[in-house]
Amino acid sequence: MSTKTKKRKELTPDEVRQELIKKYPPKVARKRAKQIQVNTGEEASTPEILSNVRTIPGIITMRGCSYAGCKGVVLGPTRDIVNITHGPIGCGFYSWLTRRNQTQPPTEEHENFLPYCFSTDMNENDIVFGGMNKLRQAIREAYDLFKPRAIAVFSTCPVGLIGDDVHAVAREMKETLNKEDPNHFVNVFAFSCEGYKGVSQSAGHHIANNQIFTHVIGHNDEPKEGKYKINVLGEYNIGGDAFVIEDLFERCGLTLVSTFSGNSSIYDFERAHTADLNTIMCHRSINYVAEMMEKKFGIPWFKVNFIGAVETAKSLRKIAQYFGDKELIERVEKVIAEEMPAVEAALAEIKPRTAGKTAMLFVGGSRAHHYQDLFKEMGMKTLAAGYEFAHRDDYEGRRVIPSIQVDADSRNIEELDVHKDDARYKESYEARKKALEAEGCEFSDYKGMMPEMEKDTLSIDDLNQFEADKLIELYKPDIFCAGIKEKFSIQKCGVPMKQLHSYDSGGPYAGFKGAINFYKEIDRLVNSKVWSFVKAPWSTNPELQATYNWE
Amino acid sequence: MRKVAIYGKGGIGKSTTTQNTVAGLAEMGKNVMVVGCDPKADSTRLLLGGLSQATVLDTLREEGEDVELDDVCLKGYAGTTCVESGGPEPGVGCAGRGIITSINLLEQLGAYKQEKELDYVFYDVLGDVVCGGFAMPIREGKAQEIYIVVSGEMMAMYAANNICKGIVKYADAGGVRLGGLICNSRNVDNERQMIEELAKRLGTQMIHFVPRENQVQRAEINRKTVIDFSPEHAQADEYRALAKKVDQNEMFVIPKPLAIEELEKLLIEYGIAN
Repeated sequence: MSTKTKKRKELTPDEVRQELIKKYPPKVARKRAKQIQVNTGEEASTPEILSNVRTIPGIITMRGCSYAGCKGVVLGPTRDIVNITHGPIGCGFYSWLTRRNQTQPPTEEHENFLPYCFSTDMNENDIVFGGMNKLRQAIREAYDLFKPRAIAVFSTCPVGLIGDDVHAVAREMKETLNKEDPNHFVNVFAFSCEGYKGVSQSAGHHIANNQIFTHVIGHNDEPKEGKYKINVLGEYNIGGDAFVIEDLFERCGLTLVSTFSGNSSIYDFERAHTADLNTIMCHRSINYVAEMMEKKFGIPWFKVNFIGAVETAKSLRKIAQYFGDKELIERVEKVIAEEMPAVEAALAEIKPRTAGKTAMLFVGGSRAHHYQDLFKEMGMKTLAAGYEFAHRDDYEGRRVIPSIQVDADSRNIEELDVHKDDARYKESYEARKKALEAEGCEFSDYKGMMPEMEKDTLSIDDLNQFEADKLIELYKPDIFCAGIKEKFSIQKCGVPMKQLHSYDSGGPYAGFKGAINFYKEIDRLVNSKVWSFVKAPWSTNPELQATYNWE
Repeated sequence: MRKVAIYGKGGIGKSTTTQNTVAGLAEMGKNVMVVGCDPKADSTRLLLGGLSQATVLDTLREEGEDVELDDVCLKGYAGTTCVESGGPEPGVGCAGRGIITSINLLEQLGAYKQEKELDYVFYDVLGDVVCGGFAMPIREGKAQEIYIVVSGEMMAMYAANNICKGIVKYADAGGVRLGGLICNSRNVDNERQMIEELAKRLGTQMIHFVPRENQVQRAEINRKTVIDFSPEHAQADEYRALAKKVDQNEMFVIPKPLAIEELEKLLIEYGIAN
């Protein structure tokens, strides 16, 4: 790409920042300037980044909607809840399995509704006359066909506009259906996750967390058999990530009570509160449930990361340390020792080809952070990264939470008032947590992405198409990671693009085996010659030459 | 064909005034269609001698796509054509969207086509212009002239002023104009003078002053317009006069809505404060 601007090596990060915003009108530039920050490489001097604020109209954002966050991200991967989209058919159809969440029922007989797409298919008549009757019918039909354990209703935009009371319908149908057949319990609950709620899909995550906590968690007190019981929160089994993690846990002797929500089941959600520890992968989408479970049941939580071999080993060791059992610690070490040779062999072969290359990641509310670890292992440098829907704590760390200003958009999302459940609260965890904290083990914390990024790299919130184009022009990274909307505009610039929402057609990338898959995939992408052919031949060498006939 | 929409505060007598005026026009030999834009579907009751049982939206819901014009158009007093949009029960769905759907359907079915040889279409619209749907008749050039039913009561005048704001908004795009205020008297002191003054300040006219008369109630309980129920009564002549004035009206303006202070001052000047 020919460009009049200075090449990247001559531009300081501050100059790049100025380049990105110089075409904007003053007010837009002022706002965007606060969302683009230069990393300092250390925690204490991490700059404040503006995030979780409205996208400016006219900007082609990478964000999704509240409905996508609630139904698509958090509840979508659960196999045995009938998820009904209350709205026009497009909302349901286009949010159906597009993230490539996988699931594996224990047997053929177990329920799996993932291959189905349920929608009330609202049309103009339902908008005019209200869609509540149609919703009742849909719940009834789903119940008669499948007799599921749970039916969930997700509101799309028009439902909120015309004021359908989805919660009343859910309550009423729950009562009716359970009265009809007292021997078969069915849970029916609804989500007011209309697409326009909040500034991004983040609002939908929060709404999902609230309802799952209110209606499902704690429903069944019967504990799962096994030792060292933990939950994994914020893991969505894209491309089979959860299968890799489950395999690791099994070999280490850990008992996975529930995952929220990759390869998950409603029955596991119901007894998630019987676990001894909550571990969080995606902090943004699910920290609310962890916080509420700690308040109500006393279960401690800490952050883990199963993306990258180093981080996976670290996370497994931290879990073992929590339980403090010698046998468990030894088993974990054994598993790590079994896995690492293959990882090292793969790196020995691949790293010489990837070392020194550069990457950019603009995805999610944790993914842009987690995948930097994999790139680091391959000797690659992350030049710039950012989230679509994260809040300041995901960028700067949870230590900034007290100073986050709560604006009207966030106040619009319900904050549950959670109290200690005296009968089920486990005091014993508190002592264990205190003892471990004295040893330096950190609970209820996430350090954020920015402190862990190198000095003079960029953190950019809610990146848009214009700025993405500009970044590519200025930096020419060897790979760019984002989602499907960005895929082809990036590749047309001659830069390979890896989707980190759906993994394109790849995965798993979690754990040790996943890391090896990722190394291979990135090696294949950044070392492919095809990108050098992106430039159209006629742009340098015209096929036809002509002159105007009046010349 | 002249396309007329009647607006005004809820309960001011829009439907009664519309139907009585339409009866007057029909008596003059005009071919008139009335489109009720109120979910209660009671805008054509006096012309039909009872409530219409086949609203556009109900028919659309029951018959699916296969709706014909005859399914929703009923013949009323003196050959008038009566249509009710219908809509949801109070508290559910979206009545405004219903009106948009209904008017679009009428157009697609050719309700306004030349061969119908209509002289007038009257849209009788529910209460205040609460959302985009209720503004439908004045959008996209559907209705060309508006009459606002008003009385000397403060809230009625306030609503009239608000409706004028809506007309201004759509005047450029849709070409809609205000034809005048119809004063449906509530026996307020200095009512005629006050509404005349309001009309003047809005840049329009008070097209007719309809006196308060119990004969209107008697006709209504018999599901008839006054002209139909008691053609000899003086009140019937009032509606005939109104119909004639509408038919001959040539004053169509873009109104100049008043500031609230100005409106309140007008009320004080005309003695309401005493």
